[in-house]
This record gives sequence, structure tokens and C-alpha cells, in this order.
Amino acid sequence: MLEVRDLVVRYGPVVAVDGVSLSVPPGPAGLGLVGESGSGKTTIGRTIVRLTVPTSGEVTLNGVGAFRARRSALKAYRKSVQIVFQDPDSTLDPKMRVGAAITEALRAHAIVDRAGSRGRVIELLTSVGLQPEHADRLPHQLSGGQRQRVAIARALAVEPRLLVLDEPTSALDVTVQARVLELIARLRDERSLAYLLISHNLAVVEQLCEQIAVLYLGQVVEQGNARRVLAHPAHPYTRALRAAVPELSEELPRPATRRAEPPDPAHPPSGCRFHPRCPIAIDRCRHERPTLREVGGRLAACHRAEESLADGSNPGP
Amino acid sequence: MTTVGIARIAPSRGFVRRNPTLVAGIGLLVLILLVALLAPWLAPDPADAGTATHPFRVLADPSSSHPFGTDLVGRDLLTRVMYGARISLRIVVEVLLIAGLVGIPLGLMAGYFGGHVDQVIMRITDVFLAFPALLLSLAIAFVLTPSVSNMTIAIAVTWWPWYTRLVRGEAASIATRPYIESCRTLGVSPIRIVLRHVLPNSVTPVLVQMSMDAGGIMLTAASISFLGLGAQDPTPEWGLIVSQGAQYFSTQWWFVTFAGLAILLTAIAFNLIGDGVRELLDPRRVITR
Amino acid sequence: MMLEVRNLGVWFGNRQVVAIDALDLDRGQVLGIVGETGSGKSMTAYAIAGLAPGMGARVEGSVKLNGRELIGLSDHQLRDIRGRQIAMIFQAPISSLNPVFRVGDMFLRALRLHGASKAEARERAGIAMRSVALSPDLLHRYPHQLSGGQAQRVAIAMAVALRAEVLIADEPTSALDVTVQAEILEVLQKLRAEESLAALFISHDLAVVAGICDTVAIMHDGEVVERGPVAQTLRHPKHPYTRELLAAVPHLGSPGASDA
Repeated sequence: MLEVRDLVVRYGPVVAVDGVSLSVPPGPAGLGLVGESGSGKTTIGRTIVRLTVPTSGEVTLNGVGAFRARRSALKAYRKSVQIVFQDPDSTLDPKMRVGAAITEALRAHAIVDRAGSRGRVIELLTSVGLQPEHADRLPHQLSGGQRQRVAIARALAVEPRLLVLDEPTSALDVTVQARVLELIARLRDERSLAYLLISHNLAVVEQLCEQIAVLYLGQVVEQGNARRVLAHPAHPYTRALRAAVPELSEELPRPATRRAEPPDPAHPPSGCRFHPRCPIAIDRCRHERPTLREVGGRLAACHRAEESLADGSNPGP
Repeated sequence: MTTVGIARIAPSRGFVRRNPTLVAGIGLLVLILLVALLAPWLAPDPADAGTATHPFRVLADPSSSHPFGTDLVGRDLLTRVMYGARISLRIVVEVLLIAGLVGIPLGLMAGYFGGHVDQVIMRITDVFLAFPALLLSLAIAFVLTPSVSNMTIAIAVTWWPWYTRLVRGEAASIATRPYIESCRTLGVSPIRIVLRHVLPNSVTPVLVQMSMDAGGIMLTAASISFLGLGAQDPTPEWGLIVSQGAQYFSTQWWFVTFAGLAILLTAIAFNLIGDGVRELLDPRRVITR
Repeated sequence: MMLEVRNLGVWFGNRQVVAIDALDLDRGQVLGIVGETGSGKSMTAYAIAGLAPGMGARVEGSVKLNGRELIGLSDHQLRDIRGRQIAMIFQAPISSLNPVFRVGDMFLRALRLHGASKAEARERAGIAMRSVALSPDLLHRYPHQLSGGQAQRVAIAMAVALRAEVLIADEPTSALDVTVQAEILEVLQKLRAEESLAALFISHDLAVVAGICDTVAIMHDGEVVERGPVAQTLRHPKHPYTRELLAAVPHLGSPGASDA
């Protein structure tokens, strides 16, 4: 349904997204975009909703190009793809009541007329677990979790086919996070929703997405079935990411990266971008950029992917 | 989590105690406003605010019938000073209105749309800001032939750029906020975004600035009239009265003094309000519930 | 017992944000304080470090460091204690590093303020940097030329170099990437082992605390609702809030994960 092909986004000297391709099937479906700061995951999300213009590459939804559409086709695209942002404090206009904000979304696409809007607003609020009276509240009268629910309701008001969720729960307390994630899972099942979940949190992605794409410095390093990739990573970066996640035990996560200067996004390392921090880098990695290829039932961009998969633990340098 | 916030506007006693400056300023201004509104009924000789002349009581000392004395053609100064309040307050309101109506939309457009629109608007703004405000308004007043209305226009012309600059900064920062981006992805029209979202969220600093500018506008008007390029006789504008009375200062002190005091008191009232508003919105004030 | 907190109360106006009956920290021990927003965990740290009155808060109760009462000390006395006996690192490393100075200058200044000579300060700074796995060359840089992880390590190095008795860390890794967080935690773990670091580790992340702390105190609404050794609290939580917190943490490879 959503196709991203060879997307490149450049900001001056920095190439935030360097040749990324991915796809999301029609719902119910979830693709998780995982990476740390500088990975380009947020830029990809923003490009899909047209907040950022790509330098080259294509984004199409059911064949309609996001950046080639005009007028009615553009309007239809906007209606089909929506985004929910990370920060609950700035995602709603502080001067606008919740009900008015949702109504604005409904009116932008003439979903209901003036008379029907109140009913639809209440329907949307209850579908995200809020009460009808919340429609008359101002954002500051709601908690962070409630504000995120409103943001989700507003995005769903236009009945999109694809929802981009950019770190939707990262700014929330963990108990609130759990409930919002439950909500997203429920909405996926009830409305056959497809979403692109951008997150740095592997556990959250595993919980909500069937497919996963791991990004490092603007490139996809591993992509495939979420469960499989996270249980048996083929790429050393995925492995490092997984190893770094603190578990509820007395053991500390053991870093699986070599100590190196953090990469300069304007001058990324030669060859494989991960090689300065990679525990199993060989000479080839310094000179030759690995291609994203099929290995062990998923795609990985590493010269030593087969060895990583065959060996349960890290192969030697 | 620390809780520092602005003082909430609570009714009567608590508010007065916590915001003495603002209350004092408002009180004084209300007094002046009442004088201005009720002048036609309170003033002893309303005709003296106009073209009436009384050759037989020229430059008379302050007395029970003329508490502020009379001017060089015998007009009652108390009346003229009271009517002067109407003129000064009207000028302040009109200048703020014109400067706001011109400056705020320009600032919103420059800030929200950015790019070429921003460049063009800001360069025009820069041109106006390059001139010393008073000189520019004097020049405009002169070219337009001196009168109260022309003076008002002249002052407004030099005032609007400040609001444009102020609003542009706010609007530019708001334009990148997630809630604005949400509106864009939802397909809300740019006009609606600017009017319904950017404007309400960027207008507060302008309103604060206006409360602080009111005093300055009044003084500018008085200065221009004092220099002869604003209000013309028989208009009882305070600056004009001071200018007329200047040469008589050593002998007929009352001519200049009461009009001057009126200017002083009104400027103080506006400044107290300006300071009070600023204090009220100071984000470092802690709530004591 | 090195640090003893008794009946600590912190108020903003009439609103009480912290109400702790007791909290203890011994030499070589790392105590984790875990809570969500509004739990009062950060204010507790600030109150112990003597920073609360500066934020407009009122503090009552007793905080004793090596028997000496800290509540009610004058600014002058507190300044002496801060740095030398209590060192604090914050979530944003920028809070500890003055952007106008080179990192090394700040470091040396801090050391010399507490009595070291120039040569001694330089040596101690070098040793401290190496102990957090950073090259002393980085001391020539300005804070903005360091990455988040490097800046946070410098902040830790400063605390170590000052040989503070207690390190108070307020969400030191929350703003960092997870791989960088793993490296920082490894550094703290090493310091804990080698230097018998006594520390107060405040975090919303129970998993991080579980790895680095010996004991944990769970805070909710300003109060400590559960405390004890980490292993015991994780495996046999007594308070319903603790159980709620544990249940809410998403696990990798857990049954809730989606299938192919």
C-alpha cells in the first residue's frame, strides 16, 4: 500500500536519509522503524506525511505519488496518511478546546456537516478511551497520556489508511505508555489500521509490529520479520541495540559496540558506516559498503551476516 | 517537578495585594478616562475648548471661577486641560489600532510563511526602523499639514514596524510547533491556520508591548504638538498648550504647569500599567495558593 | 551510615511534593530512586543537595551527611559541601558544563577551588577522564563539540575527580541513545567497583536502576511506597504500585509480541 523507494533526504551537507526503501501493506499491519539519534527514522516519517521534501526518491500510496499529486489527488493523499507526534505538550493548540480541534480535522475533509460533528467527536473520543466531557477541555487540563489520545483521535478523524506514529509514547510515563500502546493495538484490530511506528524502544516495536526496519546513519541495516530479527539479529548494530536494552534483572546491559568517536553525520565513515564501532569489522568493511541482501529470511547489510547468524554469539574479529 | 507559574487573576483583595503597580495604574487611568468622558458636563466653560475667546480675562490668575487660570486669549484652562484628556486618549487608542492592524498581519505573514514573503516584509520594516521615530513622524506630519488626525497617522506609521518584528518572531517559532504541523498534514487551509492558531498564540507579547507603549505614544503626540507640527489652535491638546504657555512661564506659571502635570500623570498611569502587566506575566513568579 | 534522611518534607507554597519518612545511604552503596512524573524523586535529590530553596521550595526535616545536618545551612557552608562532599549530575549534561568555557578549564577551576594546586589538578583531571574511558585530549574542547554521551561522561569524571563522597545522579542517561546509555552504565559500574562509589541514582527507568543499584526506593506522590534490595523488590514486590510499574515495562521477547 505504502511504497518508499530509494528515498534520499539531504539537509545541506548532512544526508539524513540515504537511499531507504520500505513498504507497508494494507492494514492491519505494523512496520517498526528503529534507530537512535541520527538514524533518519523521524525524517522518513515526516517525508511520508509531506512535512519534509525529499531530495530524490519516491513515496507512493496505492500508486499515487505523494509529491506528484495535485489538488484533489493531494487532498486524497492527505486524508489517507496522518501522523501522531512525540511531545504531548505541543501536539495540541493550547488555546483550542479538544472538541474544536477534532472538529477542525473533520471539517478539513468535509467528513461531517456542522450538525453531525458533535456526535462524531464524541464517537472518536470514546474510541480512544476518553469521556465525552473531555471535548470541552483545554489541553492543559488533560494529562500527557490523555493529550496523546486526543492527538490519535484527531488523526483518526479523517479515516486515514496509514498512521505514522513518531515515538508516540516516549515522553509518557511507563504506566501511561502501556495503556496508550494497548490502545494502538486495539485500533489496529478494530479498524484494520496500518501504521509506521517510529521508535528507539525495541520492546515497544516488537509488541506492536510484525515487520521491522533497523536504521543507522540514514541507511537500513536490517529489515524483516520483527520477531525473527530481534531474536536472531544478523547485523552487529541490531545485535548491539538489542544488547543495550536494560532488562529487569540485576545484570547490566553489556555494550556490544567498540568505543569510537560518535560519527559526524556530515562526514559519515567510509565503506560500512558502522565499521568504527563494529565489534566484528574486518578490512573489507572499511572500503566496501555492504548491500542490503537476503540472508536468513530477512534483509541485512553486512559482509559477515551469514557468520553472525550461524554463530549464536558474536563471531571473532 | 518544580511548579513556577504566573499569578492567577483572583477576585478583589488578593489581586490588589499581589499587583499593586497594576492596580494603581488602572485606578489612575480610570480617573483620567472619567474626566475625559465627562468633560462636556464637568468642565466649567465647554466653549473654551473650542473657538471662544474672552479678551477681558486674558492670562488671569487661578481663582475660584478659573482654578487653572486662563490662557492668552482668556480661555479657561481647566476646561482645556479636561478636554485635552479626550484628545490624548483618543490618539493613543487610534495609533495602537492602526499600528496593530498594519503591523500584526504583516508580522504573521512574515513569520509563518517565511522565505521571500519574510524577506520582503522585513526589509520594508527595516527601512522604517532605520529612521529615528520622532524625526520621521515630524517629517510626515509636516508633509501632511499639521492636524491631530495627520499627527496620529504620522505616529502610527513609525510605530507599526515594532509590532511586525515582535509578531514575526513569535509566529516563526510557532510555525514549527507540532500542533501547526498537524494542521498542515490534516490539510487545514493556511489562512485558517494563521488566523485560528498562529494569531492567538503570538498575540500576547504584542498586547503587553502595547500596554507599555501607550505612555510613549502620548508623549510623542505631545512633543509633536509642542513643536507646532501636530494639533493646531484652538484644539486643546496638552502639548500645544505647553508650547503656547512656554514663553509666559516666568510670569504666568499656571499656563504651562497644569497641562504639563496632566501629561506627567497620564504618562505615569500608562507606565504603571505597562510595568504591572509585565510583572503579572513574569514566568518566574511563584504561586502561593 | 553516611547519608541519613529523616522526615524530609518539601513544599511549593501549600503543596507538599515530598514526604519521606526515612532514606539511608551507606559508603560504597548505590541507592536507586524510581518514580514517574510527579513522584517527587527529583525534588528529593535537589533537597538533599541543598538546591531546593533556590527553586522556591521550602524544606523541612533532617538530612545528615556523616553526622552533619545539611538542612538549614547557609549558602556559604553549602557551597563548601557541594563539589567536595556532594556532587550532582543532571539529565542534560549541558547543565553541568558552562558552554563558554573549554571543558578542561571548568574542570581545573573546580578542582583548584577545592584546594588542589595547578599541577595536581591537571593530573587528577587526566586520571578522572581515563577512568570514564575518555581521552584527556577532549579537555581542550568546548561542550558543544562533545556528543551527549561524552559530555555526560565528563560530568561524571568531574564528580569523580573531586572525590565527592556522594554522587547524586538525576536521570543521567535518560536523554541518551540506548547504546550510549549502555556505555555510561558500564562506566558507572566500573567506578562502583573500583572507587566504592556511593551514589543516589534517580530514574524513571526501573530496568536501568535494577542493573546499577544495590537498593531501590519506589516513590509515588511524594512518598516512598516500597524500598529494599533490588533483587527482592523485583522478584517479590509488595506494594501494588510497584507491581503496576513492573507490569507496565515492555519486555523484549515477551508473549505479547506480534507473530509473523
